[in-house]
Amino acid sequence: MSRRSAPRPGGTGGGARVEVLGLTAGYGRTQVLDAVRLTVEPGGWLAVIGPNGSGKSTLLRSVLGFHPHEGQVRLDGVPTTGMHRRDRARAMAYAPQTPVLPEGVTARDYVTLGRTPHRPLLAAPREADRRVVADVLDRLGLGSMAGRPLSTLSGGEQQRAVLARALAQQPRVLLLDEPTAALDLGHAQQVLDLVDVLRRQDGLTVISTLHDLTLAGQYADRLALLSGGRVAAEGPPAEVLTAEALSRHYGARAEVVAGPSGPAVLPVRD
Amino acid sequence: MTTTAPRARAGTARSRGRRGSVAAFAGAGLVLVLAMLAGVGVGALPLPPGAVVVTLLDLLVRPFGGSVPGALEGAQAAVLLELRLPRVLMAALVGAGLAIAGAGYQGVFRNPLADPYLLGAAAGAGLGATLVIAYSPVQSVGPVGVVPLAAFAGALVGVGCALALGSVAGGSHSPTLLLAGIAVAAFLAAAQTLVQQQNTEDLREIYSWLLGQLGSSQWSDVTLVLPYLGTAALVLLLCGRALDVLAVGDDEASSLGVHPGRLRLLVILAASLATAAAVAVSGLIGFVGLVVPHIVRRLVGGSHVRVLPMSLLVGGAFLVLSDLVARVLLAPAELPIGVVTAFIGAPFFAGLLWAGARRR
Repeated sequence: MSRRSAPRPGGTGGGARVEVLGLTAGYGRTQVLDAVRLTVEPGGWLAVIGPNGSGKSTLLRSVLGFHPHEGQVRLDGVPTTGMHRRDRARAMAYAPQTPVLPEGVTARDYVTLGRTPHRPLLAAPREADRRVVADVLDRLGLGSMAGRPLSTLSGGEQQRAVLARALAQQPRVLLLDEPTAALDLGHAQQVLDLVDVLRRQDGLTVISTLHDLTLAGQYADRLALLSGGRVAAEGPPAEVLTAEALSRHYGARAEVVAGPSGPAVLPVRD
Repeated sequence: MTTTAPRARAGTARSRGRRGSVAAFAGAGLVLVLAMLAGVGVGALPLPPGAVVVTLLDLLVRPFGGSVPGALEGAQAAVLLELRLPRVLMAALVGAGLAIAGAGYQGVFRNPLADPYLLGAAAGAGLGATLVIAYSPVQSVGPVGVVPLAAFAGALVGVGCALALGSVAGGSHSPTLLLAGIAVAAFLAAAQTLVQQQNTEDLREIYSWLLGQLGSSQWSDVTLVLPYLGTAALVLLLCGRALDVLAVGDDEASSLGVHPGRLRLLVILAASLATAAAVAVSGLIGFVGLVVPHIVRRLVGGSHVRVLPMSLLVGGAFLVLSDLVARVLLAPAELPIGVVTAFIGAPFFAGLLWAGARRR
């Protein structure tokens, strides 16, 4: 697989086209995903939305290869199943919904973990790794707190540190599971703005789950609505986010109003 | 002002961290050496530290045809070389082995309460030792005593059962494995108690083994456990960086190219080998494997790259000092070393916790 050379130390080799073909997965005998088919263009941002239990996280974990599944995931046409774990780690980075922040580890050391797939597992970080880490920390505004233990950072700063760790991997695809779940509106916007800037600068492909539908519609360029393990709708936000879809799949009463930066979901009370 | 202040503080914190951990390693190494010198010097027949150093140097250069004047001779040399030196070396090896095994277990389970005896190693060793003390017609097989042999085998069988049960019940997922370990340990401990109650005439011997002892250490014991402890420690040291990756969770470790299941198995096997070797020659010495890694993390931070080697040094020094206290406090009687480790270790650890809380 050819990798374009990185334009800057903390940048990446550009985004990859992600294809998910007939992905079926479950827990024990319970089927959670049923023949899911999705395509994300290089540099695109797909937000996976859907009611609780619709299989959003399972979809992300299956694409990453953590969850046993049938069907195929392709990066630029190459199936990930045959890829070595480390090659896959260089192509795809992941930030889980509730990241484990190890005790007594500084932000810099934590972000340096992102360099793991780029060097032998026994080797110490090299000068090139340190440069990438320093650059990523600066881009995410964490430079001044690099030496502080993670536990002393605020929730927003911790979320940025998790993002920095994923970016230090210099991936071509960034998979984010509810990146704003623990954040208030202001910090959520900050993180999503940041992801958008990084995506535009590096051409990174982003796949995220987002439970806030309005934010999902404002930031992602395509939405995929999962319901009952199937893709119920897929397309630009204005096409997917409709009052009818919200009622049918979420059992929610809501209006969808056209806003300046995308459709906004307005809950309605009887 | 507001932007430069944190930056400056972060800078000094980092350089202090690097320099601090170099100093911590040098300090721990020095403490270990001093503890071992004290360990070989102090006793019913006191040996002057200078002469001890000269004797050891003489021993080192002798194979190359050299000699250092002023070495100990006669009874003093015999006490040093045949009694104290193997005992002190054994204390250092066992302490180092238990401490690094504890650090490995705590890293793999991401649980600060994990210790080397968690997965049934202690209960298995206890059952093995009790069985041969009660029933074995022979004392040794060749040069090796049956008790260490049975304890070593028992420890490995205990951990093996826990791993087998864990993998049947839910793969290498760590909470399942922990519960499997608890089940196995409870069963083996019950079996041990049963055997013990049926053989009350051996109670004293069984009990003194369970409490741990280093008094009978000989050179043959040192050479017996050294290969196992050495191999296990080397494997664990090499796993340091991978354990740091595992610390962020199984999914994220996977996304970083590490195989959590395989890494967990490798670390558990290495740590269990170290534990089995230590337990075989010294019995069940508690507290070292649980607490030393915590002390170490307070000294050098949370990274396993530093915690694992530092645990070797601090664990070794801690057990050498504990053994010294065990020999000296009620001389000529000896305290069980397991009692001493807890007596010294618990207040020391409480003090560390208190100091840590005050700093915060």
